[in-house]
Amino acid sequence: MKDRSPALLMAPALAWLTAFMVVPCLLILALAFFRRGIYGGIEYTFTLENLGLVFDPLYAGIFLKSAWIAGLAALIAVVLGYAAAFAIAAAPARRQPALLFFAVLPFWSNYLVRTYAWIVLLNREGLLTGIARWFGYDGELPKLLYTEPAVVVGLVYNYLPFVILACYAPLSRLNVEIGEASRDLGASGWTTFRRVTVPMTFHGIATGFVFVFVLSIGNFVTPALLGGGQFQMIGNLVYAQFLTANDWPFGAALSMVLIAIMMGLLTLQTFASEKASGSGRHD
Amino acid sequence: MASQANPRLMFAILAAVFAFLYVPISVLVALSFNDGGLPTAWTGFSVKWYGALFRNGDIMSAALNTLIVAIVSTVLATLFGTLLAIGVEIRRRKGRFLETIIFAPMIIPDIVLAIALLSFFSLLNVTMGLHTVILSHVVFNLAFVCSVVRARLKTFDWSVVEASADLGASTVTTLRRIVIPVLLPAIVAGGLLAFTLSVDEFIIAFFTAGAGRSSITLPMQIFAMIRFGVTPEINALATLIMAFSVVALALSQRLNRGGLPGQ
Repeated sequence: MKDRSPALLMAPALAWLTAFMVVPCLLILALAFFRRGIYGGIEYTFTLENLGLVFDPLYAGIFLKSAWIAGLAALIAVVLGYAAAFAIAAAPARRQPALLFFAVLPFWSNYLVRTYAWIVLLNREGLLTGIARWFGYDGELPKLLYTEPAVVVGLVYNYLPFVILACYAPLSRLNVEIGEASRDLGASGWTTFRRVTVPMTFHGIATGFVFVFVLSIGNFVTPALLGGGQFQMIGNLVYAQFLTANDWPFGAALSMVLIAIMMGLLTLQTFASEKASGSGRHD
Repeated sequence: MASQANPRLMFAILAAVFAFLYVPISVLVALSFNDGGLPTAWTGFSVKWYGALFRNGDIMSAALNTLIVAIVSTVLATLFGTLLAIGVEIRRRKGRFLETIIFAPMIIPDIVLAIALLSFFSLLNVTMGLHTVILSHVVFNLAFVCSVVRARLKTFDWSVVEASADLGASTVTTLRRIVIPVLLPAIVAGGLLAFTLSVDEFIIAFFTAGAGRSSITLPMQIFAMIRFGVTPEINALATLIMAFSVVALALSQRLNRGGLPGQ
């Protein structure tokens, strides 16, 4: 089983990945530099117009808006997720696996279904309205569904289990004695948390944040379902270029910038966590 | 470290987070059994919406499409992914480039792969349909199968393979009689994971299924229905889909753990 056999074993999978992942992704890169044909389609002349158009205030605005929504969702998810992971790590050791399991379980169910659950809660004839009526409130509730907060809540809801998982790993490995040493030296519980616990588990926080941010900024489903028709994030804009506006080169340019942001952050995060695990051996 | 934490505060945090995670999906499940179908009033227990589901032709044909896509892509991905895992683990030298290619399908955001594949198929003038969805699903499925099988191979004793070769067995015989049987729990677990991912996958299917109604998968059908609002039928469908994913993934995890001694 030596010599050539590894290459032979890997060949079908690698050929598949090359044909249906590497080549299509390179194609997107190339497409961004061609001109749009008069009747849609592509005209094969080199241009930088598409990339320039991405930085047009209208579209740059959508990028900033998406980054804002994604950043907000990531921040809220990290605060909630870290608190939950901390509480799980503080529970008796024999209960921790079960708590962690139930924290991650929703992540296993269908994304569309989890998003849909919020439509059921938030829509005009939804559960929240029902509860308000039950308490004798007859007026109209403020519009909940198809708003920006609804999109943020949906994103937090969908990605929270991952953040809990990412933060739990470093928290559960944290050395109890270091916390005791900090207290013995006179630090309060809060100071210990802020100066010792958080810095030592920072790569969990960073992993959670980057993951939620990257998946949120390119998200297409949640804005479409919870944000309503008029709400646009980059994912929806890209979708429109390819499937309705028929301006592929511009769609490709938008994707390229989106991919650059996502991959940049993911690489940064991998780099940071490699560094953290490298220095982590000393503690 | 966290042992010094205030237990009451910790309990409050857990209660709040678990409520946030479980109330929305629980409401959904409860409503699917609500006779009246409206979220604002409980009018009695009923399974009639589940019955309505099975009489809905659109939903049934979408479910059939999903089944086709999931089965074919799982079979291909399990085969390729397993061979890939074995090939990678036999190699002594670990290439960073190779690792990146194998790892990429699991971390590339769906929308990126979806767009790339849509433009790829369109430029090649490939008529899109269920077959293009299958081709696309194999990409991420094989990566997941590969990672599950590789995890099992980390504890695999390669001297057995050498012994088999020394005793005159060919590579194929060694694979068939030794490597594959040992890996079987992990292969099944990986396949189950791939099947579930494929059943649940929406964005890539949505972009690569083409325009025809005939190639709509179940998640695409759900997406279309949700956009028109809440109906008791979707509640029932959502409950079934959710139950399926959770059971299948739990099973996959369990199988995988059984195959890994010491875990």
